[in-house]
Amino acid sequence: MKRLLTLLLALMLASPALAQSGPLRLTITDGVIEPITVAVPTFQAENGAAGQVAADISRLVVQDLAGTGLFREVPASAFISQVSSFVQPVAYADWRAVNAQGLITGAVTVNGNQLVVKFRLYDVFSGQELGQGQQLVGTVDGWRRMAHKVADATYSRITGEGGYFDSRVVFVSESGPKDNRQKRLAIMDYDGANLQFLTDSSAIVLAPRFSPNGDRVLYTSFESGFPRINVLNVGNVSRQQLGTAQGEMAFSPRFSRDGRQVIYSLSNGGNTDIYRTDLGTGQHVRLTSAPSIETAPSLSPDGSQIVFESDRSGTQQLYIMPANGGDARRISFGDGRYGTPVWSPRGDLVAFTKQNAGRFHIGVMRTDGSEERLLTSSFLDEGPTWSPNGRVIMFSRETQGAGGTSSMYSVDISGRNLKAVPVQGGASDPSWGPLQP
Amino acid sequence: MKMMTRATVLLLALATAACTNPDRFGGAGGADGANGADGANGANGGLAGSASDPTSPAYFNQAIGDRVLFAVDTSTITPTGKTILDGQAQWLLTNADYRAVVEGHADEQGTREYNLALGQRRANAVREYLVSRGVPSSRLQVTSFGKERPIEVCSEESCYAKNRRAVTVLSFSAITS
Repeated sequence: MKRLLTLLLALMLASPALAQSGPLRLTITDGVIEPITVAVPTFQAENGAAGQVAADISRLVVQDLAGTGLFREVPASAFISQVSSFVQPVAYADWRAVNAQGLITGAVTVNGNQLVVKFRLYDVFSGQELGQGQQLVGTVDGWRRMAHKVADATYSRITGEGGYFDSRVVFVSESGPKDNRQKRLAIMDYDGANLQFLTDSSAIVLAPRFSPNGDRVLYTSFESGFPRINVLNVGNVSRQQLGTAQGEMAFSPRFSRDGRQVIYSLSNGGNTDIYRTDLGTGQHVRLTSAPSIETAPSLSPDGSQIVFESDRSGTQQLYIMPANGGDARRISFGDGRYGTPVWSPRGDLVAFTKQNAGRFHIGVMRTDGSEERLLTSSFLDEGPTWSPNGRVIMFSRETQGAGGTSSMYSVDISGRNLKAVPVQGGASDPSWGPLQP
Repeated sequence: MKMMTRATVLLLALATAACTNPDRFGGAGGADGANGADGANGANGGLAGSASDPTSPAYFNQAIGDRVLFAVDTSTITPTGKTILDGQAQWLLTNADYRAVVEGHADEQGTREYNLALGQRRANAVREYLVSRGVPSSRLQVTSFGKERPIEVCSEESCYAKNRRAVTVLSFSAITS
């Protein structure tokens, strides 16, 4: 049954390409996928200084869209029509002839470090503009963000859902051999560009987690010799430690949805439970009280419930309890062990790591535990994080053996479009931040 | 004196690498918070004293054994482990100037968070055993490195068995207070 559901859940085109009757629309739902075809003629450079960046932006828009697996580029070599001006009427027949369902045109102006990007999206088969033309103003250095915003707007207008291209990922950059691995926090664009380090490699750091608005990062650091939680300000890279008593270990933190509280694991005397600390008052509240290991808490989007893992049954399984603690109900019942649950931004699914028969998987299930689907399988996959729109999951994959290294991958919740996130060197523990304003 | 003979033999195997961490003597595979590893068994012998001296950390590390191993996903001290910990407790009671941090570790088969918690369980099991043998609990701290600091790197049980460990890392009371 589970396997059948896995097959059924895939991304689907509402209507086949050539028989499109209504407006251009891609409904991301159960079914089979046929990517939308889009033509993206190189954006017009409105002055001489804009030539290179206009070409770069056009390519990145295509890369973002095609990278989702939901869109396919119509190559420029197939074009009948050339777009020589942003304002000229679109020759729909020419674009229909090359079977482009969508057409994105744009124009770019550069004045010093100022960058202005205008773009329009056309529904070729309906013969009309989809949404309104938009103008973005930014800096030349920030050209990638401008391209991501054009792609996000396109994705959003065609699917009716939020995009995820103009977003960042905080993660652990790794180097060195397995028995002496150097780890430091790093941040990058969702596509691996603009990598910056946030800490040096003097202490082991683990599992960073973005705040809901992306201004801060929680992570676990061994700088004291004991795992402790730090809060790092992304803007000025200042950091402070969450108060932890001597003899205690704190790890696996996540922000509350308002960013004011932290839920995390605290270990003391061999027992690990879940706690909540208010960052303003420093007040701690204990949320679980069991002799078993309770860890990896993640709040529901409405803040009312926490999904976490516990080995109270004898093996690691997933449970949901009220946000203030109390009775927990088990939601995972399949074979194997379940860990690192993460509530989806839409609230409907929980992503998790599953360990079974010597393999690791990233999977999703509904919050009542039904419809479990495994999206990946490898020697060691773990630590899922959701894209801002809840359609894609990024995670760590470690390879086997003495030369084993870690890298980050992403996969659609349909199980399609598995691919490595391009980062130089080893990388683990991604946390996907919000769509940037 | 019989012990001395054995320790002298062990001395030959000691490495003499310098320790960069002056308040620590537990170089035998113990990890610290820094990203750098302490090296393989027997490193730090230079500052850990001579293994022929029963009051030295080197003797503790080499002759008694600074670590105990665990079965998969357990924190139960094995009979072999108990023998080692009896020796550790005896040494700690005799050498009252030393404190120790027990570092728990897990093999790579498990999620990061769970392995941190499991390592803590293991380290705490060792601490409780040492306390049950009379070592004051105030001299013992525990920490866990989860799966972050394996000493063996293969992805097979032969390596995993050595990585599922709790290492008793000595430090000098006067320094760490």
